[in-house]
Amino acid sequence: MRLQLRALTGLATIALTIAAAAPVFAQNRLLNVSYDPTRELYRAYNDAFTKYWKEKTGKTIAIQQSHGGSGAQARAVIDGLEADVVTLALEADIDAIAQNSGKIPADWRGRLPHNSSPYTSTIVFLVRKGNPKGIKDWDDLVKDGVEVITPNPKTSGGARWNVLAAWAWALHKYNGDEGKVRDYVAALFKHVPVLDTGARGSTTTFVQRKIGDVLLAWENEAFLALDELGVGEFDIVVPSISIKAEPPVALVDKNAEKHRTTEVARAYLEYLYSDVGQQIAAKNYYRPSKPEAVSPEAIKRFPSLKLATIDDLGGWKIVQPKFFGDGGIFDQLYKPK
Amino acid sequence: MADRTAFRWKRPSVIPGFGVTFGFSMAYLSLIVLIPLAALLIRSASLGWADYWKLAFDPRTLAALRISFGSSFIAALVNGVFGLILAWVLVRYRFPGKRLIDSMIDLPFALPTAVAGIALSTLYAPKGWIGSLFAPFGIKIAYTPSGIVVALIFIGLPFVVRTVQPVLADLDRELEEAAATLGANRWQTILRVVLPPLIPAILTGFALALARAIGEYGSVIFIAGNIPFVSEIAPLLIVIRLEEFSYSAATAIASLMLAISFAMLLAINLIQVWSRRRFGYAG
Repeated sequence: MRLQLRALTGLATIALTIAAAAPVFAQNRLLNVSYDPTRELYRAYNDAFTKYWKEKTGKTIAIQQSHGGSGAQARAVIDGLEADVVTLALEADIDAIAQNSGKIPADWRGRLPHNSSPYTSTIVFLVRKGNPKGIKDWDDLVKDGVEVITPNPKTSGGARWNVLAAWAWALHKYNGDEGKVRDYVAALFKHVPVLDTGARGSTTTFVQRKIGDVLLAWENEAFLALDELGVGEFDIVVPSISIKAEPPVALVDKNAEKHRTTEVARAYLEYLYSDVGQQIAAKNYYRPSKPEAVSPEAIKRFPSLKLATIDDLGGWKIVQPKFFGDGGIFDQLYKPK
Repeated sequence: MADRTAFRWKRPSVIPGFGVTFGFSMAYLSLIVLIPLAALLIRSASLGWADYWKLAFDPRTLAALRISFGSSFIAALVNGVFGLILAWVLVRYRFPGKRLIDSMIDLPFALPTAVAGIALSTLYAPKGWIGSLFAPFGIKIAYTPSGIVVALIFIGLPFVVRTVQPVLADLDRELEEAAATLGANRWQTILRVVLPPLIPAILTGFALALARAIGEYGSVIFIAGNIPFVSEIAPLLIVIRLEEFSYSAATAIASLMLAISFAMLLAINLIQVWSRRRFGYAG
């Protein structure tokens, strides 16, 4: 049944893209399908990699980037977007590609160091200058009159990390009493006036539209807002507990084989772990997975805090359906009583 | 209208080529409209009634449909009234910059809807230029259902203007003068003489604006706030279901939207046919 639909949508897609000159990938092209807030990171990284590859092999490689919500990007790859590599926000999204299209082997996670996450990040609070509402930790977010900005966990990978970070904190606070944890997270979302569809949209809502008192954000987005979008307008508040977000990368084997780009695509991902790759990640406010490759000053700006991991919550295979599946915890929290 | 006594498959015409053009029309229509819609229906038909019922009539889906159709209806009504006024001004008066305004009417067609959505939410946010005028009175526009209506009014604006304009231009002024000499006051002239022949065109514009608004996604998601049960539109819910890799739920909502839209457009068409007959103007 699913196959039938895919064949039909596939036909429609083909019909529509023929006019737009369906890209014929040659060996010297690489398509990196990524999620929203990595635009700046990969722009810098692609330049570095192109140079490295030219020096190493003498070949010129053109790298194309595609950005969007992590889930939407995964679906695009499933439906036929010819990505050679995917660099997404969630393990679950790459798992979905592996399951639904078979273009990535199921054991992809073990193929690269650090669970295939060359850089990590976490969720922090971005507040207005001087922190007028006095927000220090997660329990301050549910105080009267506090408006919280987060994207929709249904459409945004970053938002799922937000929910899990809040959950991890509440689990600790209420000693694992799941009823109370649920009440907390439900209360938190009562304080959300806008659910944007992606992390970048939420940043815009908070920074440019000046809606809300606190933005739950990727650490790298928060730094970006601090340093580039509104200098002197915001402060970062680091909560007592957050989550270690591990955005994974993977080779899309079947596509790369078809384009005969397996070698360069693999090198592209591995180079992320090199000193140069790690420095670029740190420069773009991602926490490097190999801190020793980066200068101590660059590391210093990442505050240390208690980080829960996805495995503490049972791993993505359990977390994804339990929290974000149809009828999962997030849907239950939004049911009218 | 067609003569009702002899309904025939094909009416004789001096110009040859019916076979070719009809064949082409059908093939083209199938490829672009019928096959994709049939795929949608086949997909939702394969669900089985019980599943379909569960997916389509889940409270969140119903809330989203209510918001989508309700705000589209309000927006189309607003466009019906103000589109008529705009068309009136453009046809009946001469003023400096008329050409410019006339060409500006079509801008909502040309602008990517996401751009429109971002621009509108910037303006109508509580701290934005327009939003800040309403904020002191406790009126919030962006990130509430009113924001959705604003976006839908924007994207539907050209339809009524462009359908009413030519009819209004063709309207015989002598009729109005005759009405005046026969002693009708201004209101009577407008209600009894000017408005009736415009009604079919207004209805067409209304139907087009409505149809466009129902399916609108890009401009709305930026200004709606997207809170489930409050300001979540049905197209966004479809996207959310797809994001969950739940193709069946997405097609169930889509087919339901299709059915409602079809019923509404059919009703409008019937009213239009009736109004044409009733007011008997250029069929």
